[in-house]
Amino acid sequence: MLGPAIAWYLVVGSAIFAIGAAGVMLRRNPLIMLLSLELMLNGANLVLIAFARRHGSLDGQVFALAVMAVAAAEVVVGLGLVVAMARRKIEIDVDLLSRLRK
Amino acid sequence: MSAGNILVWIVWFAAAAGCIGSALAVVALRNALFSALALIGNLVSLAVFYLLLSAEFVAAAQVLIYAGAVMVMFLFVIAYVGWNLDIAWTGGPNWQTLGGVVAAAALLAELVVVIVLGAANDLKHSNKIAVNFGDPASIGRVFLSNHLLAFEVISIVLLVAAIGGVILGAQRRRERTGGIR
Repeated sequence: MLGPAIAWYLVVGSAIFAIGAAGVMLRRNPLIMLLSLELMLNGANLVLIAFARRHGSLDGQVFALAVMAVAAAEVVVGLGLVVAMARRKIEIDVDLLSRLRK
Repeated sequence: MSAGNILVWIVWFAAAAGCIGSALAVVALRNALFSALALIGNLVSLAVFYLLLSAEFVAAAQVLIYAGAVMVMFLFVIAYVGWNLDIAWTGGPNWQTLGGVVAAAALLAELVVVIVLGAANDLKHSNKIAVNFGDPASIGRVFLSNHLLAFEVISIVLLVAAIGGVILGAQRRRERTGGIR
């Protein structure tokens, strides 16, 4: 295999995952929290594909495609929540959403 | 080290720099619009990694579906909600920010330690793979034979999410008539 060994890909995937986790914990704008969640899912996807290459098995790539579909579903629901917040004139800040019903 | 190998290393470092830099930009930028654009850069850099790992179909799907369709949806919602909306950091180093940074750093340290320990054993070399590894035909064959149940479940998940998105987004009429507040 040309280029770096699998471990380097795993380190980059872990770094992306950790940066995404930091974003979810630090930011209060739900849009940016969703973007950070995407980062976490993509870090996991990179690790899955690196291991698929390592083991010479396509199952990891299939799983990565499944993760992409789940991420799309998550984005749809999350953005629906953000649009509902905007419709009700709630400020876009998750700290203000501490209760399910007003 | 052959010329091809050097070229792969250069491409790898460019993609890694793009990945990490744009990931940091997603978290650090204050404007959600710029964060979304940085995430598109991150997704494209990841597609370069997928190509280096001979996952051609996943790389194409990443660019088409993720960086294309999903991010366009994100940009539409950011434009709807207000792209210049500016929610600051929680303001200075308080316990929440500190705790978040420490937790993320601990997560990264944990993962890297595990990878280094594993790299000592068996992550250094990789298997020889077939020529058609990761092309659409072989992915489709695996997906629709070994993982057929997963494929069908994904379709149901997507359908439920689409219905949920419509229900969450379209409550205006009930609000007008004084139903759910």
